Amino acid sequence: MAGQTDQLVKPGSGHGLLDVYGHRFLLKLLVRKEIKVRYRGSVLGLMWSYVKPLVQFLIYFVALGIFLNLQRGTPNYAIYLFSGIVLVNFFTESLSNATRSIVDNRDLIRKIYLPRELFPVATVWVSAAHFLPQLLVLVGACLVVGWTPSVLQLAAVILIFVMVAVLGTGLGLLFGAVNVYFRDSENIVDMIVMVVTWASPVLYLWSMVQKVMGEWFWIYQLNPMTVAVEVFHWAFWEPTLRGGQLVNDATPPGMLTLWLPVALLTTLAVLFLGQFTFRRLAVHFAQEL
Amino acid sequence: MTSHGHVAISCIDLRKQFVLRHTRSLKEALVWLAKGRKGDLSKKFLALKDVSLEVKQGETVALMGLNGSGKSTLLKLISGVLQPDGGTVRTRGRVAGLIEVGAGFHHDLSGRDNVYLNGAILGMTEKQIDEKFDSIVEFSEIGEFIDTEVKFYSSGMYLRLAFSIAVHTDPEVFLIDEILAVGDEPFQRKCIAKIKELSDMGKTLFVVSHDLDLVATVCERGVLLEHGEVVMDGEVHAVVAELRRRSAHAESEDSL
Ligand SMILES: Nc1ncnc2c1ncn2[C@@H]1O[C@H](COP(=O)(O)OP(=O)(O)O)[C@@H](O)[C@H]1O
Ligand SMILES: [Mg+2]
Repeated sequence: MAGQTDQLVKPGSGHGLLDVYGHRFLLKLLVRKEIKVRYRGSVLGLMWSYVKPLVQFLIYFVALGIFLNLQRGTPNYAIYLFSGIVLVNFFTESLSNATRSIVDNRDLIRKIYLPRELFPVATVWVSAAHFLPQLLVLVGACLVVGWTPSVLQLAAVILIFVMVAVLGTGLGLLFGAVNVYFRDSENIVDMIVMVVTWASPVLYLWSMVQKVMGEWFWIYQLNPMTVAVEVFHWAFWEPTLRGGQLVNDATPPGMLTLWLPVALLTTLAVLFLGQFTFRRLAVHFAQEL
Repeated sequence: MTSHGHVAISCIDLRKQFVLRHTRSLKEALVWLAKGRKGDLSKKFLALKDVSLEVKQGETVALMGLNGSGKSTLLKLISGVLQPDGGTVRTRGRVAGLIEVGAGFHHDLSGRDNVYLNGAILGMTEKQIDEKFDSIVEFSEIGEFIDTEVKFYSSGMYLRLAFSIAVHTDPEVFLIDEILAVGDEPFQRKCIAKIKELSDMGKTLFVVSHDLDLVATVCERGVLLEHGEVVMDGEVHAVVAELRRRSAHAESEDSL
């Protein structure tokens, strides 16, 4: 304390995301508040984070798996589908809530100085709190059909979780900051959210895209969410397949050696871009809100 | 006069400009860009003009001026909520802006949850809140309602709890904006006593209030702002008298 008091400092000049670590107690309270407030007066509470994806899953499974008969060419299609859905939901929920987080917290931001990165980061944690129970359901379902993952595959799950959280944070910082000036930002994000489910191999197989795109397939692979979903398939779905069921091209060539590193680098670049833009724009948040 | 030590707040040539933006949509901005940036998309307004001011540790300063003279803007620059467009502002030690009581309150949470949330927002650690929790509740006179959701509080209870948290954050510098008119008469007296106690403890106070008699009893120095400029800085009673003279003058001009 004494060290702090004997120098003059400029108020309101923080260190961006690094300050969030120093405010982790407040972050914890903000996350807890968000969850409490969202489920106030609801009987099922956090159970809703199971019910909604299950309904979503059933719709896709019935429409695509049964009506369009995708489950015939894809063994354990239910596992394939659900592992993609939970991951994409984590991403879209993080991104859309982070985008709104600055405007939603304007009463605070206008009156008290806090590291503003706290708000988008808190929403990503809330999304993680919804994601983890779904992940448990997925693991349960995998175990039922005989899941035998390798250590490498389990490590990949953790890595992808972190990567998607970082990607959601980076994009959330970017769009959340822009949203203060142009509310169009929310609509752009709504569109991204809509596209993401279909622009990654959640409902279909990546090989179907390759057949159509041919030598341009690498463009499809540049999307970090595509790679994230593919790695999830590799970690959850592939280890449930029996010898006879093995589709020879369960994962695209070079997924771990080329595309995963590319996706990680893209994610880091997005985080830096998001933080950079956020810091530039955050200076005037209080007067623009 | 108490003996004053180091500088607690230093403002040098502070300038703050607001952009009164007309548009909030990308379409209008794009149209404006396409038209070669013709016309003004925004109007600018200078809320503070070259404000220089130094407050020593332990000083109690009343910031006065008519509505719109820039008092809140100056306080927000000192707390770091706003950043200046020119000049520098620097502070020493932890600054707590009691800019508005209850800014971080959430209606759907209990009083207890709000004490923790608001305390953390105002910069307290978990341990500090744990230690001061009972004292916060006692000062606020909320009693058993502490576990009730805040939306069921009367406005007096709400303000009492918020003020109680704020005074328990124990910063070096207190910025207080128009919140001394909190709650009912007895509680108001208690607040003023508390603020005097803080000042006796050597805390730096920077107070905005419309209650001129009140600030004159709490503060020793007065600063008068007019249209974003410091027009007077001196002993509080003299500044109060000057402000009274000026507003009486403005009124008589209005009635002409
Ligand atoms: N965020 C803002 N955007 C535009 N104008 C603002 C903003 N905040 C304050 N102002 C303007 O700046 C002037 C000074 O405001 P303020 O500091 O609140 O005055 P006071 O607190 O002395 O009444 C007012 O004319 C007000 O309209
Ligand atoms: Mg004001």
